[in-house]
Amino acid sequence: MSRPALETRELNKSFGALAVANNIDFRLEVGARHALIGPNGAGKTTFINLITGRLQPSSGRILLAGEDIAGLSQEARVKRGLGRTFQINTLFRGLSVLENVTLAIAERQGVAGGIFRVAGAYRRVAEEAYALLERLRIAEDALKPVRELPYGRQRLVEIAIALGLKPKVLLLDEPAAGVPTPESAIILDLVERLPAEIAVLIIEHDMDLVFRLAQRITVLVQGGVLVEGTPAEIAADARVREVYLGERRHD
Amino acid sequence: MATSPPKVPSPVDILLRRRRLRPIETLPWAIAVAVYFAFPTYLPLGTEILIMVLFALSLDLILGYAGIVTLGHAAFFGVGAYTAGILAANGWSEPTSGLVAAGLMAGIVGVVSGFIILRTHGVTLLMLTLAVVFMLHEAANKAGFITGGADGLQGMVVDPLFGAFRFDMFGRTAYLYALAVLFLAWLFARLLVHSPFGRSLTGIRENVTRMHAIGSPVHRRLVAIYAISAVLAGIAGGLLAQTTQAVALTVVTFERSGGILVMLILGGAGRLYGAFVGAPAFMLAQDTLAKSDPVYWLFWIGLMLVLVVMFARGGILGLVDAALHLARRLRR
Ligand SMILES: Nc1ncnc2c1ncn2[C@@H]1O[C@H](COP(=O)(O)OP(=O)(O)OP(=O)(O)O)[C@@H](O)[C@H]1O
Ligand SMILES: [Mg+2]
Repeated sequence: MSRPALETRELNKSFGALAVANNIDFRLEVGARHALIGPNGAGKTTFINLITGRLQPSSGRILLAGEDIAGLSQEARVKRGLGRTFQINTLFRGLSVLENVTLAIAERQGVAGGIFRVAGAYRRVAEEAYALLERLRIAEDALKPVRELPYGRQRLVEIAIALGLKPKVLLLDEPAAGVPTPESAIILDLVERLPAEIAVLIIEHDMDLVFRLAQRITVLVQGGVLVEGTPAEIAADARVREVYLGERRHD
Repeated sequence: MATSPPKVPSPVDILLRRRRLRPIETLPWAIAVAVYFAFPTYLPLGTEILIMVLFALSLDLILGYAGIVTLGHAAFFGVGAYTAGILAANGWSEPTSGLVAAGLMAGIVGVVSGFIILRTHGVTLLMLTLAVVFMLHEAANKAGFITGGADGLQGMVVDPLFGAFRFDMFGRTAYLYALAVLFLAWLFARLLVHSPFGRSLTGIRENVTRMHAIGSPVHRRLVAIYAISAVLAGIAGGLLAQTTQAVALTVVTFERSGGILVMLILGGAGRLYGAFVGAPAFMLAQDTLAKSDPVYWLFWIGLMLVLVVMFARGGILGLVDAALHLARRLRR
């Protein structure tokens, strides 16, 4: 098998006595569409936070394109091609949509620290940001402050910021969570049309959606990988069904 | 795109246009020049106001833009004042190089202290900024042989500016000197806040989690702006020392840190011009209230502050914005 875009080996994380990541061995292939599912509190978001460096693992290795990134800062990981969205919108609420994306692209292009003679560079950044908004069909909101947009539109800004980083590995934490159905279709459509070379890991609760998007599915339960396989294998798996049926009985 | 009329500015144009100078931005300078001619007997007060505007402007860069809440800004003001003062009292009487030295020393203190304390947040950070002021205050007090300690620094000699303009007893030279320095600082601050660097500071203030997630070197940016702000605050302190030809321990106190914070909040933080409104408003109110009501003037200042933070979060400029907004809505 070729070298995966992202890999974790025996990744562990505990909050006190609670093990939220339990020896996670995980591979995300280049260009993959991979779903991470599991009940609430399984540790899915924590897993993403460990990969991006927002949280430090208790032990284990994280490899991005074969290189160990576990000791790197969040910034350095982003520079190496790791992009993410947040389960709960994490945006510059007082700034316009255009500027939200502009900030991200300025960082990627390395012009974000400039003070002098930056007008030309900044225009190129803003133009790229605007083109991205057009591609995501949110250009008409470009100048609106993010906080004035409905939640579903804000979710698109989340994705736009991540795409502005031109990541090689994109981690989507429930991109359609809290979004009404018509808008969630737009988001899905967008995820489906992402450039093929980006490796995408998507956390999602909606099973229809997962089966529509994913080529591979990993099921996480109580911080550990329960099973990993193709959608057909996961659908047929008795343990998975038990977890989900048990879950539904609680709801 | 080809079908749209060419006159309509694109959103990108509108975003970039913010940098352009608006006519209203010349108003503070017109007023400052007018004051010079209209109130020749008030120039010492005017000079002090200009210095406080510069000090408040430096604070706005870290508080208003980067969102660093500090009670320690007097540390840099004090370092600048003592640097300029000690140089002038020990034979280095040329003012512009003394002012540069004041800025540099404050900047060094800014880099070192910022590097350490800006890893913390919230109340911890607030307490650490305050601790720096206390430590420097005590250092200045103890080092009496060079700072004059509690008696203040005496014996400063300040040469004529550029070898030609004597610091006269009416304070004309001092006023124009302070005005010129403030103008240069404003040009720089204005450039800075509209630059990608300045916008990234706003990003840090708005959502630091997201800044990390887009690969921004947050700590480095914060230390950089902290140091830049310290340089400007140090220059303000240096100006005070040179124009009053004295330095007292009050330059580096909690009161001075708090006072400048009040001035900025009063004017409106994070809008570049809050300093230009808040510092004069505060200083003039202080001047008139202290004369008309010498016992309770602090009470009135306090009341003013309560009203601003409760009903006008954006300060005086925020109120002006709201009024203009309302007027525009009514006209429609
Ligand atoms: N900072 C923290 N400190 C302590 N416990 C935490 C922390 N963050 C998360 N947890 C706990 O870790 C567990 C996993 O949380 P996580 O957010 O990763 O779950 P999840 O699978 O993303 O759930 P959901 O589907 O609800 O988003 C939960 O029990 C949560 O309460
Ligand atoms: Mg989660």
